[in-house]
Amino acid sequence: MSIQDLSSEQQIMQASPKQKKISIISFSGDFDKLVAAFTLASGSAAVGYEVNIFFTFWGLNILKQKQGRSFVGKGFLARFFNFLMGGKKNVPLSRLNFGGISPKLMTSMMRKKNVATLDELIEASLAIGVNLYACEMSMHILGITKDDFIPEVKGVLGVPTFLEISEGGQTLFI
Amino acid sequence: MASHSIDVTKDHCPMTFVKAKIALSKLQAGEQLEVLLLEGEALNSVPKAAVEQGYKLISLNHHTANIHRVVFEK
Repeated sequence: MSIQDLSSEQQIMQASPKQKKISIISFSGDFDKLVAAFTLASGSAAVGYEVNIFFTFWGLNILKQKQGRSFVGKGFLARFFNFLMGGKKNVPLSRLNFGGISPKLMTSMMRKKNVATLDELIEASLAIGVNLYACEMSMHILGITKDDFIPEVKGVLGVPTFLEISEGGQTLFI
Repeated sequence: MASHSIDVTKDHCPMTFVKAKIALSKLQAGEQLEVLLLEGEALNSVPKAAVEQGYKLISLNHHTANIHRVVFEK
């Protein structure tokens, strides 16, 4: 690509400044799928996209302030479920999890290959303005509130608001 | 000569783009940033994205082997 090509592209962009957008529904809460979600999110934000991630069901675990297993939430069953699921330190690999050893091994392999780890991807996403949202309905089932999440969570949403913020862009379900 | 520089040749996707974006966003108006990029995805995407986001591409030169030196200005 030459400077001339990029200059003409710049003129086109100035004529149509509408920002591109991608919205990700993070449902699974699996380590590998979270890596995929945050890789896409940070990479997209870095090249100028507006990025929204809507965390629902198992996906909410990555947002918890308490990163290990903890009895958070309201109600006996909810607290028990939250303890079993844990937080960021307990997210399982979708295959070959081996009782939680595999995510640690995978993280070590990522470090050795100089590839960003899940923690680094989350940090990068927050540093470049990726918007994090939590699903109101899933939070209600699990008896958790916005106070149980990291402060960077921008809001608690339902389907209509998610549709509103994702309108006009691409949406992915991970 | 660029007032700031960053080498992202050891990084992989998406950190190549993230680090370049963060370095660009710290520039004041009129300041320049030199970015060392590997051929391939980084060289194809970083200059294009920076230009799309309103930065001026000052120069794009071959540096060494498969590394290119790109200078942007805010």
